[in-house]
Order: sequence, then C-alpha cells, then structure tokens
Amino acid sequence: MRSITIGAALSATFFGAVAAAAVASEKPVYLKKAPGADKVEANCAVCHTLDYIPMNSTFLNAAGWDAEVAKMISVFGAPISPDDQRIISDYLKTNYGR
Amino acid sequence: MITRRGLLEAAGKGAILGCAGHELSRTFVSRAEAQAATLGLPAQLPEGTRQEAVLDALPGKVPLIKLSYRPPNYETPVELLRDAITPNDAFFVRYHLSDIPEVKAETWRLSIGGEGAGRETNLTFDELKRLPAVEVAAVCQCSGNRRGLFEPHVPGVEWGYGAMGCARWKGARLKDVLDRAGLKSEALEIVVAGTDKGAVDKTPQFIKSIPAWKAMEDTTLVAYEMNGGPLPHWNGFPARIIVPGWTATYWMKHISTINVATKPFDGFWMKSAYRIPLGKFPIVARFASQETAVNTPITEMVVNSLITSHADGAAVKAGSTVTIGGVAWDAGYSINAVEVSTDGGRNWTAAALGADIGRFAFRTFSYDITLPAKGNYQIMARATNKIGQSQASALIANPAGYHHNVVQTLNLVAA
Repeated sequence: MRSITIGAALSATFFGAVAAAAVASEKPVYLKKAPGADKVEANCAVCHTLDYIPMNSTFLNAAGWDAEVAKMISVFGAPISPDDQRIISDYLKTNYGR
Repeated sequence: MITRRGLLEAAGKGAILGCAGHELSRTFVSRAEAQAATLGLPAQLPEGTRQEAVLDALPGKVPLIKLSYRPPNYETPVELLRDAITPNDAFFVRYHLSDIPEVKAETWRLSIGGEGAGRETNLTFDELKRLPAVEVAAVCQCSGNRRGLFEPHVPGVEWGYGAMGCARWKGARLKDVLDRAGLKSEALEIVVAGTDKGAVDKTPQFIKSIPAWKAMEDTTLVAYEMNGGPLPHWNGFPARIIVPGWTATYWMKHISTINVATKPFDGFWMKSAYRIPLGKFPIVARFASQETAVNTPITEMVVNSLITSHADGAAVKAGSTVTIGGVAWDAGYSINAVEVSTDGGRNWTAAALGADIGRFAFRTFSYDITLPAKGNYQIMARATNKIGQSQASALIANPAGYHHNVVQTLNLVAA
C-alpha cells in the first residue's frame, strides 16, 4: 500500500529545509511571527497542518489553549518536551487567544 | 476559482463583488468577511476559521471548502446540496488522522474475528461483491456538522453547514459479512478499524464499535459503491461501513478488520470521544453497553433541515416570486413536513416536499414566496418527522459540539 501523504510542507525546523508541498493540494499555512512560532511549527505540524490553530481562534482563552496542548500530548501522544509545551502554549495564548 | 489574493485585493479596496451563483452582492469590509461570505460560510463561525477557509480541490474532487489540509477536512459548499443526492466529487471529506493509505482493491482483505465470532475468516474484494447486494440512499453527516455555529464556541474542526451529503450506497449487508464468521450469542459490539492512522505511533488509531443489534439490521452495510461508482478514495475506498440514520462517526472508511467483541470496546474514540450528555437530546436509539451515568455515545441523527437555494444575505427582487428550497433529513423515521417562515418565525406555512427516495435520505422541499416590499426578510425552515420530533429552537449545549439542529435563519434582501 502506498501512502498518500497530503503535502509534506512540514516546517523548516523539522526537516532542516523547506520541504516542497509536492503532493496533492496542501499549501503552507503561515502563523503569526512571534517568539515560539518555531516550536509550534516543529512540533504541531508533524501530525496536522497549522490551519487548525487559526481555525480554533480567537475564542480559546489561556486555559483553553493549555488544555488543547495538553490533550495533544496526553491523549494523542505528541512527543513534546515540557519546555516546548510551555513555549507552544504561551505562543498560542499570546497570538491566537481570547 | 476564487483566489485568496483576488479577495484580498477586493477586500482592501472595499470593492463590491458580484458572486455568480450566489445572487450575492455586498461590500466587504474585511478579508475574513470577504472570504467567508464568498464561500457561503455562516457569519457565526470563529473569526480564525473564516480567515483560513478556502476553496481547494483534493484529487478527484471539485473545489470544496478546506478547513484543514492535513488531516483533510473539507466541507461541501451549501449550493452543492440542493438535490437529494450529493455527487461523489462534491461529497465532504473528514479524517481524524493524517496517515491515509491508498488501498488497492486487488490486495485488500477484510478480516473478521474476535471473541464473539465463531471463527476467524477474511474476505477479498471479489468475495465481498459476490454477497447479496443492497442499495440504500442515506445521509452521511458528521456528528460535529455546524460545530462552528456553537456559541460559546467549542474547539474542534469548526464546520459550517456542509459536513454532510446524501448518496446511494451499495454493498453487502454487514450481517451477511458477519455470518461468514458466525456470531456467538454473547456478541455485544462490532468493532471496526480502518487503515488510516496517526503520524506518530502513540496516537490512538481511529477504531469504532457498533452495537451488535445495529450491525445486524438490514440497512447496515459494508458498501463498495457510491452513486453507482466506486467509493472515492477520500470517502473510504475500497469499502466502508454504512449505518443509515446514525452519524458518520460509525461509517468507518477503508475498513480492514472487524472484531466481534463480547465486552464494551474501550478505545479512546468510543470511551472519551463522540459522547453526548445523557438525557439532553430526543434520541430513540441507544447504545446501552457504552452508556455511563453521565454520558452516552452519539447515535442517531436529530431531525434537521437546511435552506440551500440562497446564501445568507442574498439579494432578490422585491415583488417577484422567489423559490426557497433545501433539504430535510432525520434518523430514518421519515420527514413529515417542512414549514417555512418569511417573518422571522411568527407565521409558518408548509413547504412542498420533493420525491421520497428513502427514509434515510435527504428530502427536498420548496416554497414559493413573494417579498412584497424592499427590505430585509428573515427566512426560516423547520422540519418535523413522523414520530413528532422537530428542530431545536435554541442550542442544546454539549462539550464537543454535536447535534446542532437549531432552526436556521437566512436573511434575504429584497431590492
């Protein structure tokens, strides 16, 4: 079985180079440039495109974003270190929070 | 196709966009409003959702409204939901997990077994197609359709109106497939897994169970055809489960294994996800083996309707006849009536119902109105089914944003 990976536009940090969105129609999603954006791109985009973040804004408050990030780790098994978890949560609260 | 750049430029200039097919003409004041209005997305969606949504075509699909690229979550524009049957290439796409293998029919195998099965066996695609074939017209609707309209908003994929469609599904009865393995009397739940999975190993695989009684109903299928053609990849090729009347969470795609369980299946997607509070919704079909003291798995769809003939805010000519149309559906108890109001819900009149193509399908409705004078009109549609259920007049709050069937209000501007 061949895997159809819809796009491979993972972040520059993750691959060490900007991967071209070679397959299908996935287009890069640009997040707000602010401290922590690199950690968000490197971690979150492994499992899903970054459009999930603006899609769920700007109605989540600080507790809401904390809960979302914690769920990604504890429920969905995202391998994110506690340091990165804090940076990611702070970025989301500051840039996409209510 | 409408490009983001074009919209940005138009929005920046405050230009008036005439949008073909929408009868929609308005002055856009922001990028988000421009984009979302052009897509026919409801104004109540979260601001960020309205900014990110774009028309985008997956391979084999017409442009649909992209909410997320990976996993792919694409809803059908409302204007493509005017008929009782939704074309395959316009059918919505919904995945939880991003690793979605392309399965070949020739090498596909469906394995059937488990503690509640008499024996382990498997089926090839040809063997599946040799079982007696059944066709059912049925609505496939995401449990979270209209989640984006929840107020307060709840996190998740922020769907507008289009995470649904209706198709003629052809396949073998699930009970005939289960008969190949034989069901023991203690069989409790039928646990189904597909080939799609997460990008990291620790992500819980999307696995769902169906009560054995529901799996044994004549209309519960292992489908391999949709509207006379093969299932599109994005809708579950080569075979998927069809549970008419129940929300799409049970309609497993790309199925690979069926386990007959004698105990309640406790995977994440059953135990924690897709749950509704007990007693809040008028639900007949229960999933007793999965109920707790406080919540229960979502089961059947609630009665609902959608006006698809016009976009919200559409301009019509004062004094001329306008046909309001749309679709209504429920869990299979059959639509009894659709009533339309043109005065914001004070007076209601029965609409004409279209052909009945099956109790699980969309039922089209239409109603001719004349908006006598210039001004704004609030058009509403309300469906009732044959067991007396009707749409909610106020939102029934629940943590995951399911079962939104609040009567829709659509604004028409007579000029």
